[in-house]
Amino acid sequence: MTASDVTYHDLIAKNRRTSSLLVVGFVVFVAVLLGVMGSALTGGDAWAAAAFGGTAMAIAIVMAFFSYYSGDSMILRMSGAKLIQHGDDPELYNVVEEMAIASAVPLPPVYLIEDTAMNAFATGRDPEHAALAITRGLRETLTRDELQAVIAHEMSHVRHYDIRLAMLLATLVGLVVLVCDSLPRTLRRAGRRSRGRSGGGAILILAIALAIIAPFFAKFIQLAASRQREYMADAGAVELTRNPEAMILALKRLGGDKEVLEVANRATAHMYIVQPIKKWEARAKGMFATHPSIDDRVRRIELLGK
Amino acid sequence: MNWNFYGPFGLVVVFGFLFIVMYNRLVRLRVRTEDGWSGIDVQLKRRYDLIPNLVETVKGYAKHERETLDAVITARQAGINAKTVPEQAQAENMITGALRQLFALSEAYPDLKASDNFGRLQEELSSTENKIAFSRQHYNDTVSRYNSTLETFPSNFVGGMFGFLVRDFFEMEDATQRETPQVSF
Repeated sequence: MTASDVTYHDLIAKNRRTSSLLVVGFVVFVAVLLGVMGSALTGGDAWAAAAFGGTAMAIAIVMAFFSYYSGDSMILRMSGAKLIQHGDDPELYNVVEEMAIASAVPLPPVYLIEDTAMNAFATGRDPEHAALAITRGLRETLTRDELQAVIAHEMSHVRHYDIRLAMLLATLVGLVVLVCDSLPRTLRRAGRRSRGRSGGGAILILAIALAIIAPFFAKFIQLAASRQREYMADAGAVELTRNPEAMILALKRLGGDKEVLEVANRATAHMYIVQPIKKWEARAKGMFATHPSIDDRVRRIELLGK
Repeated sequence: MNWNFYGPFGLVVVFGFLFIVMYNRLVRLRVRTEDGWSGIDVQLKRRYDLIPNLVETVKGYAKHERETLDAVITARQAGINAKTVPEQAQAENMITGALRQLFALSEAYPDLKASDNFGRLQEELSSTENKIAFSRQHYNDTVSRYNSTLETFPSNFVGGMFGFLVRDFFEMEDATQRETPQVSF
């Protein structure tokens, strides 16, 4: 066993661990949130609060399961991706087949996004339920070798279980954000109704709970967007194709593209091969960037095998 | 407790258990090499299917290149007739070489190069070649795991008893095979 095997297995284990932690964190967060909401709404009646919290929790779990199992198709639909077959673009399809064989994962369905911006992403919950998407802009710019490098990069995300974590983030965090957005309104209404009772106290507790838990979730987003995942996917791609030059050329082309991918948003930005929202890159070099800089990635590929 | 009775009995149970574990492990590894081989086989068949189309297409534009075309057809036939893995590998090397020559020669025929059909076949054949190379890596990995288990103590006893045979690697002389880079952070 080589050093690379160990690193890959470490990464996969870490991704699985972080995914489980995310699910547990989500359940705890929603439970606390609903508990507080329940007591605020019912004015301190413990039984009523528990009944409310329990019902809402069940709904949240059902919603979370639904988004976990249909998240990939949701994300693909949101990006306006169209499924293609071998006949639509033999070269692209062949390259995906080659990389699926090289990385020993089942052949994922291939999607094309009709957008002139250059980008690509992989999604799904595990290698058996994965999908690849690439924009027409990127597809038509790359040579066959470069295309192979990009697809190999995405296939590495699949193989490393990065896609599962990315999807849990996009769906669960999305759900929490939804709840948080609607919360202040609900609470204000409840507070008005139960003025003079325990409403004020409950809102205070909720504010504190949110203050404690919000950074926890922010941390998760950072984890998924970690630079190391991108570096590892680049390295994994080079391992599959054995062609570091093509990966570097592809990244440079991607870096030269200044167009904004309209279909990407804050919830899906971390999934793409390069940051799709260019405004961010200029403004937030560092903490908020979901991707490391292209120069940095190129440098690391050049160091591989040295 | 009567150890004179239970002791030997216990030993037999333990050894029997180990025996079953080793046997199952060998079977599992052998099945994996067979799966690995079928991965290569699919691509080889695909290549045999594509070659006659290619030959027909090239004939239409470059009738006088009999020799190169014949070399491709002969190599294909050798591949189809191959019985063992080394024979197969040898034939596949011949096919790869002959095809490379054919594609090099196509440079001299602009009409051929410009035809849709030829472009499509060239893409399919070069992709198939890549797929063979990638499935070969996977197959050879499974063979190396199976063979080393089969040749080491104590599973070599179990293997010998049930006629497990060492499998051949699928070797290809391919100049384009690059070194695997070391990947670690």
